[in-house]
Amino acid sequence: MKTLEQIHEIRKEKRKELDLRVNTKADTREKHILVCHGTGCTSSKSPEILENFRKILEEKHIENVRVIMTGCFGLCAKGPIVIIRPEDTFYSNVTPEDCEEIIQTHIVEGKLVERLLCKDIDGSIVNSLDELNFYKKQKRIALKNCGVINPEEIDEYIAFDGYKALEKVLKEMTPDEVIETIKASGLRGRGGAGFPTGKKWEITKGYEAEQKYVVCNADEGDPGAFMDRSILEGDPHSVLESMMIAGYSIGANKGYIYIRAEYPIAVKRFQKAIDEAREYGILGKNIFGTNFEFDVEIRLGAGAFVCGEETALLESIEGKRGQPRVKPPYPAEHGLWGKPTLINNVETFANITRILLNGAEWYSSIGTEKSKGTKVFALGGNVNNIGLVEVPMGTTLREIVFDIGGGIPNNREFKAAQTGGPSGGCIPAEHLDTPIDYESLKAIGSMMGSGGLIIMDDTKCMVCLAKFYLEFTVSESCGKCTPCRIGTKRMLEILERLCSGEGSEFDIYRLEKLAANIQKASICGLGQSAPNPVISTLKYFREEFRQHAIQKECKTLECKALSKITINPEKCKGCGLCQKHCPVNAIQGEGRDKRVIDQDKCIKCGTCLTSCPFKAIGN
Amino acid sequence: MEENLVTLTIDGVEVKTKKGTTILEAARQVGIDIPTLCFLKDINEMGDCRMCIVEVEGRRGFATSCIQTVEEGMVVHTHTPNVLEARHVILDLIISNHAKDCLTCTRSGNCELQTLATKFNVLDVEFPGEMTKHKIDNLSPSIVRDFNKCILCRRCVAACKNVQKIGAIDCINRGFESCISTVGDHSLNDVNCTNCGQCIQACPTGALHEKETIDDVWVKLKDPDTYVVVQTAPAARVALGEEFGMPIGTNVTGKMVTALKRLGFDKVFDTNTGADFTIMEEANEFVERFTQNGVLPMITSCSPGWVKYIEMNYPELLPHLSTCKSPHQMFGALVKTYFAQKEGIDPSKIYMVSVMPCIAKKFERQREEMKNDEGLWDVDNVITTRELSRMIKQANIEFEKLEDSKFDNPMGEATGAAAIFGTTGGVMEAALRTAQDTLTGQNLEKIDFEQVRGGDGIKRATVNIAGKDVKVVAASGLANAQKIMEEIKSGKADYQFVEIMACPGGCVMGGGQPIKSSKIRREVDVRKLRADALYSIDEKSTIRKSHENPILKQIYAEYLEKPGSHIAHKLLHTHYIKREKYNI
Repeated sequence: MKTLEQIHEIRKEKRKELDLRVNTKADTREKHILVCHGTGCTSSKSPEILENFRKILEEKHIENVRVIMTGCFGLCAKGPIVIIRPEDTFYSNVTPEDCEEIIQTHIVEGKLVERLLCKDIDGSIVNSLDELNFYKKQKRIALKNCGVINPEEIDEYIAFDGYKALEKVLKEMTPDEVIETIKASGLRGRGGAGFPTGKKWEITKGYEAEQKYVVCNADEGDPGAFMDRSILEGDPHSVLESMMIAGYSIGANKGYIYIRAEYPIAVKRFQKAIDEAREYGILGKNIFGTNFEFDVEIRLGAGAFVCGEETALLESIEGKRGQPRVKPPYPAEHGLWGKPTLINNVETFANITRILLNGAEWYSSIGTEKSKGTKVFALGGNVNNIGLVEVPMGTTLREIVFDIGGGIPNNREFKAAQTGGPSGGCIPAEHLDTPIDYESLKAIGSMMGSGGLIIMDDTKCMVCLAKFYLEFTVSESCGKCTPCRIGTKRMLEILERLCSGEGSEFDIYRLEKLAANIQKASICGLGQSAPNPVISTLKYFREEFRQHAIQKECKTLECKALSKITINPEKCKGCGLCQKHCPVNAIQGEGRDKRVIDQDKCIKCGTCLTSCPFKAIGN
Repeated sequence: MEENLVTLTIDGVEVKTKKGTTILEAARQVGIDIPTLCFLKDINEMGDCRMCIVEVEGRRGFATSCIQTVEEGMVVHTHTPNVLEARHVILDLIISNHAKDCLTCTRSGNCELQTLATKFNVLDVEFPGEMTKHKIDNLSPSIVRDFNKCILCRRCVAACKNVQKIGAIDCINRGFESCISTVGDHSLNDVNCTNCGQCIQACPTGALHEKETIDDVWVKLKDPDTYVVVQTAPAARVALGEEFGMPIGTNVTGKMVTALKRLGFDKVFDTNTGADFTIMEEANEFVERFTQNGVLPMITSCSPGWVKYIEMNYPELLPHLSTCKSPHQMFGALVKTYFAQKEGIDPSKIYMVSVMPCIAKKFERQREEMKNDEGLWDVDNVITTRELSRMIKQANIEFEKLEDSKFDNPMGEATGAAAIFGTTGGVMEAALRTAQDTLTGQNLEKIDFEQVRGGDGIKRATVNIAGKDVKVVAASGLANAQKIMEEIKSGKADYQFVEIMACPGGCVMGGGQPIKSSKIRREVDVRKLRADALYSIDEKSTIRKSHENPILKQIYAEYLEKPGSHIAHKLLHTHYIKREKYNI
């Protein structure tokens, strides 16, 4: 149990101690070796790296150097990542075996380990984080503490203004003032739909009830998305603190966070955060000497995508089968166990403390007219810098893909980006300059979604893309309502037919009719948005669908039954490289003969395509 | 009053209705019948099937009319091109994954999906595709599950889980693979099913039906060496007519007897006579327990679904259960002993058929305790009211045109008390009539016990018998039974006599009765109409107390000696066992 004065003291002292984390000119003889402990780096042995550092430092009797675990730095493709502060040296793809050299060269001799320095896309060597193009256009609000603090130490969180917003709210603001601030900030739900957060809080506060709840939706489920996971792994207290602020504002004293069981690190760190906060008396009764009480419990999800839908999530917390409820009534009125319940997503909560400390005006100065602040994206697919990025709303897709993401690998062309995962849609090259905000994305047939951003190059088949997302939806449908249960299955069957050359033009009509009606008639967001990947690919790549349906042709190599690789005799020089690389001996010809592909033997692997120096092979 | 009213417009018609009314209900009030499939009033209001979608002006997407309530000024459209197209697509999708073997389906002609397919003129499946395949589960003696016909409306789940609080079935798997099954996907026969059959009553299609056994009856009827006897339960006679287009609650006793005789049964008897025996034995047992500090409260035992329930869930309370067999079992036992001897028939040649509103009786008749010393079953076959109607139809009998006949003698006389066995509270009332005369030694005129009548799930009353207050309770539906059992278990109950029926409303609403569509159940109180018919039989009866039944007097004098005698115990009483819920 800590008094408010003790917490103030911790903040002051600890902040001084940790100044080197954020200040390259910090006046200290200490060094901190930060080792990323996000899921990606953890799975590539960062805990072993951390142990090695500690062991070596002990063996060499080096003092004034501390090894710290942190959350995700964002540039996951370069992991495991090690950063040395205060000088901010950025080492990438570090292995446990590299630790000795780093300590010896960097710490002892004061020189850089050049081979471990990160190279930017243009080949230039990067000494520090800030020099990376990847970070230049980013603005970190929700991810502010990720990669800076040790997420398992409450004191480090407190050092960087942790629980200061809660103190401010409890001591200086009425619930209505808090809600007004959130409303004025323009913050909208980061789970995907973009409902104004302050308004949601206001509505929930408006329902009188003896018991109300705050629920944090951490059931992140979009394929390729790991924004919420990284926030919980890197800065769990910020979510916890914001849930408490929400509880104070709407009149709730109990919170639940629903985390997928597949996020064991996030679960562990959040539980640690709860335990520490309870120990400090920050969670519990008479918080900071006021009458406010609040407690939080974790509920684990069993991996059902639909449980990210708020009412299915509530059913699941109640111990029932995870199935959505018909809305209205909305959870704000009839939520957990029938009580008024506020549900916000992890990233939404992660913004709250910053807004309250920096002011609504500051927050609303970032972003576009209707979409304020920043958005975290999990950037993946055919892009050079795979990782976690946070950009101001209004940043264009082009900036994300080419400036931050470093463009498309292997000199391929950008074909499309998919936002919003299985609920979203694709964005073709012609819309690369679309500013990323709720309205603009909706206008071009996609959606913000929770932040999955998958980039596709020109080797990707759009019918296959639609099929991939439908496969996901079909296996994740809860089976409650007819349109989603049977309708999505029928859509998938049609897409399978198209990809295997058994489809017809009528199938495209069938797809559209099913899509329109599933959208309108399904109970929940999962079903209502399930047809989106089909609708948007049909909108921008209709010709590709027609090629599959009518000409029975796929220009990429993804639909094996519909693709055909041929060698252009005019360009072929008879070098035989293709023949050498072909894994199934499908290419015929001898000496300087122009080569021919035996279509019966060809497995359409595409090896010959990349091996031809004369670009004579095409599909 | 006015503030509780809401005015809205549905399809251009102004509707004034109470706050909290659903759009579906409000539409019905002005003659607009929005189609539904998963909706079953007060039982399943989930909005799963999406057939009832409507458009509400100013609202994004469709509204779910079966659950969403009316609002002031709301403008609803129930058949816009948008709504109609979506409904067509939904219906098409359901049919695309439904075994379309209507010609060989027991529910053909009384299937809610078929009715909708006709209404929407579905001529072809626009979105054909893979169909889920399920094995048919026919191991239960009562219920056959064919989920190739299931449309996932979950009405059966709601009936089992919410109405009966059993939860033997629920949805397993997800998405397209979702289906209704039991724990671990075992046969219904091996789990905590009580065989009540309320799931069948809830099912809109042929996915759930009784295990039909009429073929065996036909064979026996045509076998010259078998003496085929039939008895009919009280509740069957007020529902059978519905299968022939007669109004709900028509008493067709006379026509039914004629039909049974035409079918070729050697004797047509009345289970009501068995019910009179049950009262004699049960009232005697109660008086004994009441006056000799026996285990109280005594609980009735004539509902086999209920008996299985208590055996599985409250075995420690089994001493409370009356040892009386149910009426048709008592009657079967007497037919194979007293009647066989009297008529000089070899009891092993007698084939006893019971026509019951119940499918748990199919389970009950196979209980080992229901065999006599010679190894003969008290009852050889139980068919439901529905199955009897099929026999009558198959025998080319125009039921509506039949003359009335009377039950056969020597066991064809029954009292009004026995008739009301078929409805909740009836056994209690009949027993009280006899108990009060037994205790006072008088022939009392006060014989109506209105407190235990009616549709409430639990009816508590205190009746004064021979100067003593007797606290009684009649409960129907197993959820209500559970409440009473918990009261008894926790020692909070001060009842002396408890009547429990597994089916909500009693036997008139049994799992073997004619199945009424969701629409009819929404519009008509089926239970009340059938129960009223039984009370009317009671009122019109000249003898309304079981102990005054001359046949009983005769049989006790000639054969059984007196209620509770050694021979009565041997033939008319039984015992119970602790039963495992799961045999897996």
